[in-house]
Amino acid sequence: MRILLIEDDEALRAYVHKGLSEAGHCVEQAADGKDGLFLASTETFDVIILDRMLPALDGLTVLKTLRGAGNSTAVLLLSALGEVDDRVAGLRAGGDDYLPKPFAFSELLARVEGLVRRGRSDGPETVLSLADLEMDLLARTVRRAGRIIDLQPREFSLLEYLFRNAGQVVTRTMLLETVWGYRFDPQTNVIDVHISRLRAKIDRGFDKPLLHTVRGAGYSLREA
Amino acid sequence: MNKHEALATAGWRSLLRSHAFRLALLHASVFGSGVALLLGFLYWSTAGFMSSQADQTIAAEIEGLAEQYLEHGLEGLNGLIAERIRRDPRGESVYLFASPDYRALAGNLDRWPKAAADEQGWIDFTLQTPAGSRSVRARSFVLSGGLRLLVGRDVHSLEKVRTLVHRAIAWGLAITVALAIAGGAATSRATLRRIEAINQTSREIMAGDLGLRVPTSGSGDDFDQLAGNLNAMLDEIETLMASVRDVSDNVAHDLRTPLTRLRHRLETLKSSVDGDSEAGRLVEAATDDVDQLLSAFTALLRIARLEAGQVVSAFEPLELGGLADDAYDLYEAVAESRGLSLKRRIMSGCVINADRDLLFQALGNLLENALKFTPPSGDVTIEVVRRGEQVLLAVADTGLGVPKAQHEQMFERFFRGERSRTTPGHGLGLSLVAAVARHHGASVDVYDNEPGLTVALRFSASAAPPAG
Repeated sequence: MRILLIEDDEALRAYVHKGLSEAGHCVEQAADGKDGLFLASTETFDVIILDRMLPALDGLTVLKTLRGAGNSTAVLLLSALGEVDDRVAGLRAGGDDYLPKPFAFSELLARVEGLVRRGRSDGPETVLSLADLEMDLLARTVRRAGRIIDLQPREFSLLEYLFRNAGQVVTRTMLLETVWGYRFDPQTNVIDVHISRLRAKIDRGFDKPLLHTVRGAGYSLREA
Repeated sequence: MNKHEALATAGWRSLLRSHAFRLALLHASVFGSGVALLLGFLYWSTAGFMSSQADQTIAAEIEGLAEQYLEHGLEGLNGLIAERIRRDPRGESVYLFASPDYRALAGNLDRWPKAAADEQGWIDFTLQTPAGSRSVRARSFVLSGGLRLLVGRDVHSLEKVRTLVHRAIAWGLAITVALAIAGGAATSRATLRRIEAINQTSREIMAGDLGLRVPTSGSGDDFDQLAGNLNAMLDEIETLMASVRDVSDNVAHDLRTPLTRLRHRLETLKSSVDGDSEAGRLVEAATDDVDQLLSAFTALLRIARLEAGQVVSAFEPLELGGLADDAYDLYEAVAESRGLSLKRRIMSGCVINADRDLLFQALGNLLENALKFTPPSGDVTIEVVRRGEQVLLAVADTGLGVPKAQHEQMFERFFRGERSRTTPGHGLGLSLVAAVARHHGASVDVYDNEPGLTVALRFSASAAPPAG
């Protein structure tokens, strides 16, 4: 996947670059808005990671210019201004997702990969499966090894989201945002309690756990 | 008194209290006395002149008659009086020639008037005639031999003039004072209106709409200059606030970026050490510390931005019950895991204008506090209720409570109650709740539950929140 990273903080840029490369992505970098805009409009990328505060040309201007020129590459905005109004302004200017600083790299990676999956729409899948876990979205049933597992509606949406991102890390913030539909900052382990409830239903009594906790990052639904 | 009258009364009261009106009243009294003086002088110089003129005429006539008497004796005087009476068919002049004992000898009066004369012999009396009563001013004169002569004039017309002048003065004065007061009221009302426009704008600006400006009439008068200066000041304040915002944004950027970097380095380090080793545990703990620092920092910045009115929310009509249900759904599991029971009492149809993410954050903070400070087997209740024009969103618990003396204090930044010293947290949760409430124009009430605490946010139902 080709990713353009426009960020003025050298250390952060190097760190994100290293992480994304290790995850197998091809990363181009720009240190200011002007260079970033130039790269973005002359080459093709799958995702652009764009800092909002940039020297030479600020992030929103870069974004608006790109969108104005008909470029529809997915853009993930980064910013230290993690407030609601800034997020709204960013999304209005044509951003696809918004990640406030500071962020865990896993969160960034999860969101970047999520953006690409979103763009690649797999068509209306109605049955999801992983190992011996199976989820029928139409019948709204979940089975593991053929046995029916009874889930509450919210647990069902939680599992569905984990399924759609199977193999990837999803963060607590992403879960709150997509499953509960609120952008907020809980001070407690509120998501963990829901995950352990879900885990008790789908993993308890089976040899191979499928719902894993990724320390310091979030959760992942995967085999092994 | 109905509402309209009450408003009108209040309007008059503020008019009477206004500086401009008092000034107008002072002007009216000074102007009124000036006019009164002027009219008084006019009166004195017209009516006074006319009566002294009449007196002089009478005096001259008496002198003439006395001379006649000296030259031609009694016969001549009688003839002259008869002649004069004949020449005065309207009877404006009065003549009486009387004996020393006041018996009438000749003239057009049948007897000597009863009124007493003053030292100079002047007599004012009323003459009853078939045509009506007439005011007469006369002077008596004693001729040689004790004979008495009375010469008078009908001053009826003079009286008439005097009355006219009186009336004119009274009307003139009344109209002048009325005009001065009305003019004063009108100008001070106009003044008041412009001052009120400035006050109104100031109030709206204080309520958070910094973009407003004081209206100007375009006439360039002193009010326009005042408005212009105020507007220039507001521009300056807006610029300053924008630069404060820039500074705080830059601080956020500059401080959070190195913290983020620190966290990233710890993450990198974590992947290269064994998670179960001493080093691994230390890295884990350091990451948690950084996260806590970042979280406190984020909350602090958020409160500051909310309080400075820098957060422009997309307010939308929000069914509070739905938000409370979502929070219930999210936190019910946490409550259960701590052996508490989370309850809800939710009235449907409570709609307010709100920023749902911010409000959810506030409700989440309240719930987290309640869950944190309520001992096992206690209750935490989310309540949404409509009371008249107000909607209440409350979280009640049966926990440790907060001493009444600290009910105000607990919304201050970094406040940690005696009982929360040992629990994790940065002491910003309730400050953020208060800031979010203010952002929504809501008030925050704290009640003692005995045992436990209720914190209630009081919104106005679906009323527009303050701009900001």
